[in-house]
Amino acid sequence: MIQILFFFFAALAVGAAINVLAQKHVLYSSLSLIVMLTAVSALFVLLQAEFLAVINVIVYAGAIMVLFVFVIMLLNLPVDEDGADRLRWLKFIGIPLGIFLLFMVGSTVWNLGVAPVASQMNGTPEAIGRSLFTDYLLPFELTSLLILIALMGAVVFAKKEL
Amino acid sequence: MDFLNWLWLIPLAPLFGAIINGSLGTRLSRTWIGVIGAGTVALSFVLSIGAFVQMLHMPESALPIVHNYFVWIQAGSFHANFGFLLDHLSGLMILIVTGVGFLIHIYSTGYMHDDPGFYRFFAYLNLFMFSMLTLVLANNYLLMFVGWEGVGLCSYLLIGFWFGKKSATDAGKKAFIVNRVGDFGFILATMWIFSTFQSVDFGQVFEAARKLPVEPLGMIGAVTSICLLMFVGATGKSAQIPLYVWLPDAMEGPTPVSALIHAATMVTAGVYMIARSAALFDRAPGALLVVACVGAATAIFAASVGLVQTDIKKVLAYSTVSQLGYMFLACGAGAYAVGVFHLMTHAFFKALLFLGAGSVIHGMGGIQDLRKMGGLRHKMPWTFRTFFVGTLAIAGIPGLAGFFSKDMILASVWSSPNYGRVLWAVGLITAGFTSFYMFRLLILTFFGNARYTHDEVHHVHESPASMLIPLGVLALGSILGGYLNVPGFLGFATAEGGEGASTEHMLMAASIVAALSGLAVAWLLYVSRPELPARLAAGAEAMYSILTHKYYIDEIYDAVIVWPLLQASREFLWKFVDVIVIDGAVNSVGFVIGSSARGLRHMQSGFVRTYAAWILAGGVFLIAWFLR
Amino acid sequence: MIPLNWYLILAAALFLIGVLGFFVKRNIITLLLSVEIMLNAVNLTFVAFSSQHGIISGQIFVFFVLVVAAAEAAVGLALVIAMFRNRETLNVDRSNLLKW
Repeated sequence: MIQILFFFFAALAVGAAINVLAQKHVLYSSLSLIVMLTAVSALFVLLQAEFLAVINVIVYAGAIMVLFVFVIMLLNLPVDEDGADRLRWLKFIGIPLGIFLLFMVGSTVWNLGVAPVASQMNGTPEAIGRSLFTDYLLPFELTSLLILIALMGAVVFAKKEL
Repeated sequence: MDFLNWLWLIPLAPLFGAIINGSLGTRLSRTWIGVIGAGTVALSFVLSIGAFVQMLHMPESALPIVHNYFVWIQAGSFHANFGFLLDHLSGLMILIVTGVGFLIHIYSTGYMHDDPGFYRFFAYLNLFMFSMLTLVLANNYLLMFVGWEGVGLCSYLLIGFWFGKKSATDAGKKAFIVNRVGDFGFILATMWIFSTFQSVDFGQVFEAARKLPVEPLGMIGAVTSICLLMFVGATGKSAQIPLYVWLPDAMEGPTPVSALIHAATMVTAGVYMIARSAALFDRAPGALLVVACVGAATAIFAASVGLVQTDIKKVLAYSTVSQLGYMFLACGAGAYAVGVFHLMTHAFFKALLFLGAGSVIHGMGGIQDLRKMGGLRHKMPWTFRTFFVGTLAIAGIPGLAGFFSKDMILASVWSSPNYGRVLWAVGLITAGFTSFYMFRLLILTFFGNARYTHDEVHHVHESPASMLIPLGVLALGSILGGYLNVPGFLGFATAEGGEGASTEHMLMAASIVAALSGLAVAWLLYVSRPELPARLAAGAEAMYSILTHKYYIDEIYDAVIVWPLLQASREFLWKFVDVIVIDGAVNSVGFVIGSSARGLRHMQSGFVRTYAAWILAGGVFLIAWFLR
Repeated sequence: MIPLNWYLILAAALFLIGVLGFFVKRNIITLLLSVEIMLNAVNLTFVAFSSQHGIISGQIFVFFVLVVAAAEAAVGLALVIAMFRNRETLNVDRSNLLKW
């Protein structure tokens, strides 16, 4: 049962990812990415990380992707891309390299085959909160600083006149 | 007062004079420059006399007096001190150098009075005195070499003193370069000495050398090679064959320079060096034979060229080369003390002759050509009288200094074991030549009718007192100098080989005959029958031409040595090695860097996706590396 | 049960797709989307390992990746807006002035 779910969501994720690249208009690409995020969140649930799955949907799909969509609509782009691709040759280098990378990682990983010890996993908010506020307190505080800086940066960059 | 404590001041006083005159000279008056220049030398002279007299009172066993002032070089097993050595030989030399030097400094105040480079002249002259005194007082070969090089440098500076004249600068360069060839021999000899004796200090070297066996005549062992190399250095500095060619050209310098450096002191450095290294040369009879033969050959060669010269200074120059040959001939016969005796008497009369010639040139307003002179004895009486004394001395007329020294040389050569008679004959003929050309010079300059027109020489006048007084003093020295038993003083046992008194008298008579016959022929050719010289020259045209062109030696050297060197240097070393190889290597390094940079910069294309491709490539490589 | 390596291979495949997106597409925003795909693939890997070992740290790390992704998206989009104002195009090849 779980395996059917796994394959379904895996196929959905991969398909949506490929669709991100296949679409002409960037708005359709971002919508495709939202689908992929949802599929990955489902996979999180299968991995007993429920809290994280929900957070993924809320923050990633709900906030970040919405921001993307806002900006795309703000810029109001036409569909066609201008001119021929000057760096056509990149495709011929990058694609083989990428496939080689996948092949390397895959062949290494293939023989692991250890079953996940899922029964002991505890992905509740309580567990995460406990770890976050004791062991990882400093990084937690620093992320707040990071967000503050990102905030200022975004405002400064997007202004019409400084 | 203990003069021996002030030994170090003898060379250093002129050095201070040189520094002061050289740096402040443009702001000092002529009087002050002269006072400083001559005064420091006078101080050295006084100190030399004091040290000499003090040394005479010391017992024989206390000599030589050695003062080591500081350790100069200490590198591994090589040790060289800065030290002075005073014994009879160096004591005599410092007296000659400072005494004659002082007189010439006085003379120069008059001779160079109108020259704009007055201070420079005295600075160079004082620097020369310092170098020469260091050379003579040094107690090891390395310090002697310092003085050796210093006198070569000062010779260059002073020959090219009037540096606006191209012939003068060329002569200066020629002197320095030819000297350098000789110096190379000296350096090799010093290194070989160190390698053989593990020291360059005179005391240690000579002590070790006395223990060595005498090397037989045909064998070229270590000591013979060392002596031959030292002699090469001496031929350069003392103008013997084959390195004499710079001395006639050195007459481009002012006459006091010719008198001091190229007559009395610098050119005698080679003789001094051989006399000092007597312990080494005594072990190498082969080297001594070479010295004697070269000395004799040079003597007669230079005298023959001097027969036909028309420039007053050139005659004296070739005469100097010839007389130096005599000194080497004496040393080569083993009679070092006699050679040094002739050095002393030669210093007196040759300096006198040169200064007298300078007086003539000064009075004639710069003319040096004999064919334009004549009848000057009435216009310049004192110059004439002193010059006459000098001529008598150099010709070997009995009673004057030159007779005694020349006669002793010929006597020692006669009794020398190898080729003694042949060398004696050469010496005798040269004496005849010497007498002839000196009297020729005297007659052509001072006797007869004036051959110059009034346009050429406006006012022939006698020289000032500053120039005449040194002439007088030197004339006295030329007369009296022979009576000092200098060879005995230097430790020479008379009658070497035990020749009988009758042989000695016969030899003496032979040299008197040679001197007088030279005088007679000169009188014949230039006083009684003045038309004869032209007829003789026309009759033996080829011989005359060879002599006037100095046997074409300069031209031969130019073609055989100078021109190939210049060509090799210009075509090969400059155009090929320097421009193509060295510059090419350096430029190509720059070119390679530049072109590779020009190629590499295209990596910075500005396209983000290219950068991402590089990142991916790097990442894949790293992962592949760690997963292998 | 699903073996761990399936998750890992899936994550690697997603990562590959994200990388390829970088080379193939010229639109800046699409590039940013590809970066998000790659980050998600990494998140999946972290959670998979965390679930396998039973250690919660993997999920914490996903948190931080999430925060960083948010910050980066915000600033990146602001930059895109600024660039668009100057160039009137979203073609990343037009922004190539920082070169030799």
